[in-house]
Amino acid sequence: MEFIDYYKVLELDKSASSADIKKAYRKLARKYHPDLNPNNKEAEVKFKQINEAHEVLSDPEKRKKYDEYGKDWQHAEEFEKAKAQQRQSRQYSGGDPFTYSSGGGGAEDFSDFFESMFGGGGFRSQRRQTGFRGQDFNAELQLNLTDAYKTHKQTLSVNQKNIRITIPAGIENGQTIKIKEHGGPGINGGPNGDLYITFSINNNTNFKREGANLYKTEEIELTTAVLGGEITTETFDGKVKLKVAPGTQNGQQVKLKGKGFPVYKKEGDFGDLFITYQVKLPKTLNDKQKALFEELKQENL
Amino acid sequence: MATKYSISIQEFCKNYEVDEVFVTHCREAELVQIHSDAEEDYISEENLPTLEKMVRLYHDLGINLEGLEVIHHLLNRIETMEKELQTMKNRLRLYE
Repeated sequence: MEFIDYYKVLELDKSASSADIKKAYRKLARKYHPDLNPNNKEAEVKFKQINEAHEVLSDPEKRKKYDEYGKDWQHAEEFEKAKAQQRQSRQYSGGDPFTYSSGGGGAEDFSDFFESMFGGGGFRSQRRQTGFRGQDFNAELQLNLTDAYKTHKQTLSVNQKNIRITIPAGIENGQTIKIKEHGGPGINGGPNGDLYITFSINNNTNFKREGANLYKTEEIELTTAVLGGEITTETFDGKVKLKVAPGTQNGQQVKLKGKGFPVYKKEGDFGDLFITYQVKLPKTLNDKQKALFEELKQENL
Repeated sequence: MATKYSISIQEFCKNYEVDEVFVTHCREAELVQIHSDAEEDYISEENLPTLEKMVRLYHDLGINLEGLEVIHHLLNRIETMEKELQTMKNRLRLYE
């Protein structure tokens, strides 16, 4: 655990008056307030930090204790270091001194540093007692593109509770789904908060995806392009045979209707698969091939 | 729509220490919908998060009623734009 310079957090020096502290807090809170920065984790952490700094510096008793303890912090830190050597370093032992023991918490969470100095729940404002609706939780879930092809169920652990969710086929990268009332508990008889899960989809296939449509490039032989023919190509759910029309151009696209990705929440509906042909041009020719090309040249091809 | 929770405006205001004028303003500005029975006005579960957010911004940041209205509209615009941005990002993956 590292020392946290609360003055620095509020961009103040140690001689700051209580009016300065209030002003600095308000200024930073206006910038980083979570309601003004939805889905912005950086702002959320920053807001916790400035809240904590304000909690300490705006309370004369806490500020006094903090200022005095701050002087001895060097020794305290050495002591902590010795202790840390005995134990294995903790999960977040690296860089950021603002480490919070509880996950998914609200704006009123305090760092381990704060709790070691002032104890847990040592905040004077009783604002958490007001309100009705429980806190919303945000979580991110990584999925492979192949997993997003079929509707499936997955069990998640959120704040020590297991919940089983259904992930509809066709979910988009960056899409957020709301699981009603799986957030923090309601207060004063109000409803629970909601759980928001944002999906990050890793494309583990050779297909490119845009919405429900899939795209891929297929190489074909020069002779197949010119004379036409049949090729076998992979779709998302298996191989298909495809007729290549004579005179197919390089970069020409064909659409395989209904062979794309499932349409989100429209069971049985699929997008299309677009195949772009890339004609392989020979780099080297054997004597016979060369002679044949020369002959074609004579035919103005 | 059937709602599980309905909280009376009186109770809401008492709990949050805001004047009922505050809620009236939010209703007039069409930030939230309030329903009434013969005796009292209520806020539904669907509208509760917005009203609570407005109270937080009002208390925490000292934003006045007009400011709350502006913020509400701008946040809605940001939300729409973020969705558009995500769609664009997903589309750009085609060219990666």
